[in-house]
Amino acid sequence: MASVIDMNAFENLKQMAGADFIGELINTFLDDAPQLMKQLHSSLNSNDAESFRRAAHSLKSNAASFGANHLSALAKELEMLGRENKLNEVGDRLKALEEAYQVAALELIGMAS
Amino acid sequence: MNSTHEPGHILVVDDNKVNRLLLTHGLEQQGHTVETAENGRQALEKLHAGNFDLVLLDIEMPEMNGYQTLEACMQDTSLRDMPIIMTSSLDELDSVIKCVEMGAEDYLVKPLNPTLLRARITASLEKKRLRDQQRKLFRTFATDQVADQLLNEGFSLGGKYVDASVMFADIRSFTTLSETREPTEIIELLNNYFALMFDAIIGHGGTVNQIEGDGLMAVFGTPIRHDDHCEQAVRAALEMLELLDGFNQEQAALNKPQIRNGIGIASGRMISGYTGTQQHATFTCVGDTVNLAARIEDHTKIALRPILIDRNTCAQLSEEIGIEALGPVLFKGKSIPVEIFAVNPV
Repeated sequence: MASVIDMNAFENLKQMAGADFIGELINTFLDDAPQLMKQLHSSLNSNDAESFRRAAHSLKSNAASFGANHLSALAKELEMLGRENKLNEVGDRLKALEEAYQVAALELIGMAS
Repeated sequence: MNSTHEPGHILVVDDNKVNRLLLTHGLEQQGHTVETAENGRQALEKLHAGNFDLVLLDIEMPEMNGYQTLEACMQDTSLRDMPIIMTSSLDELDSVIKCVEMGAEDYLVKPLNPTLLRARITASLEKKRLRDQQRKLFRTFATDQVADQLLNEGFSLGGKYVDASVMFADIRSFTTLSETREPTEIIELLNNYFALMFDAIIGHGGTVNQIEGDGLMAVFGTPIRHDDHCEQAVRAALEMLELLDGFNQEQAALNKPQIRNGIGIASGRMISGYTGTQQHATFTCVGDTVNLAARIEDHTKIALRPILIDRNTCAQLSEEIGIEALGPVLFKGKSIPVEIFAVNPV
């Protein structure tokens, strides 16, 4: 199976955080991301575009830090919809994001140890 | 990642926990000490409480975003000089440019590149240190008020008309004195004398803008405006005499030479400003009022009174100050006689 993690970006992160700290950083991301996705669902239900945009922004930023580029791109699309107040156009994108997260998370867990 | 440069105390402001952890750990590895805030409001609280060298500020945050935080810092004189590096994603570059225009020191794009992070932080801390050093040096040579005004309003060459008082003060017969004494003794004497005179002048809101040999020139009412500059100048002169008396008593006790001085003050309109080049400039005042003050000071040798003032200065004084009119004096190079007044020492 091809990697979904951009190794250049990941090495970059590792260099900055220090090899011994990368595991803790991955765990923090894996703790936070489900919360952010929960926030995406609830703000979509309550049609709160601002809250939706914020959660998508954080996911986008964190995914990019770990080199999860596909996940980051999907989050960026959601962020744009939130910014333009077009939550009615979210459709299947949130589901696609969750699937991308699961793939990336699995790979990151492997890299944390 | 050990830094060869001096470490700094850095505030990391980001609502995103991963970013906060990453920056904190990364910067601590480089030897810096780090504190964090989750939004602008928290950041401002910490900035006011702590002594930071640098801020890393995220743009996108709840409660108070980076843009608003930067704006608040720029409007706060105690935070205005704090270097702030904006951190943002590539698609926020428009906002980042706006922030740099507003006064942010620099910016970093997330995901952060460790080499760039290190370079920007080192450069910003270095600039901060230089600025602090400059400020300290500046305080050594200018009064606090002038330093504050310059630091707040910036420095520019060029002048303007102001209403102010000018004072000249010289030591009597200093040349004769200096010929009979050792050079080190003369310099020590001068330094002690100037220290006392500066104290009296600065204590009354004045600014010493020239020292030449045994003489000095000071202004009151500019560059910092004081409406009572005449009274301040005269009170400074009285205190100068008082301090000099005390100094002479000490000198006498040590069997060292005593000194006397003459002080001339004139008030009115003059041109005040910074002259020189961008690299080397001094604050100065020019105009007829300044010339008159110099002539009046010179006249103390003839009138044998330590403090002489012109009519403009006299007209603004409170009744507590004892004045004696000495009548008109025709100064060299002037066509009209000038009325001179002596201030009685306390």
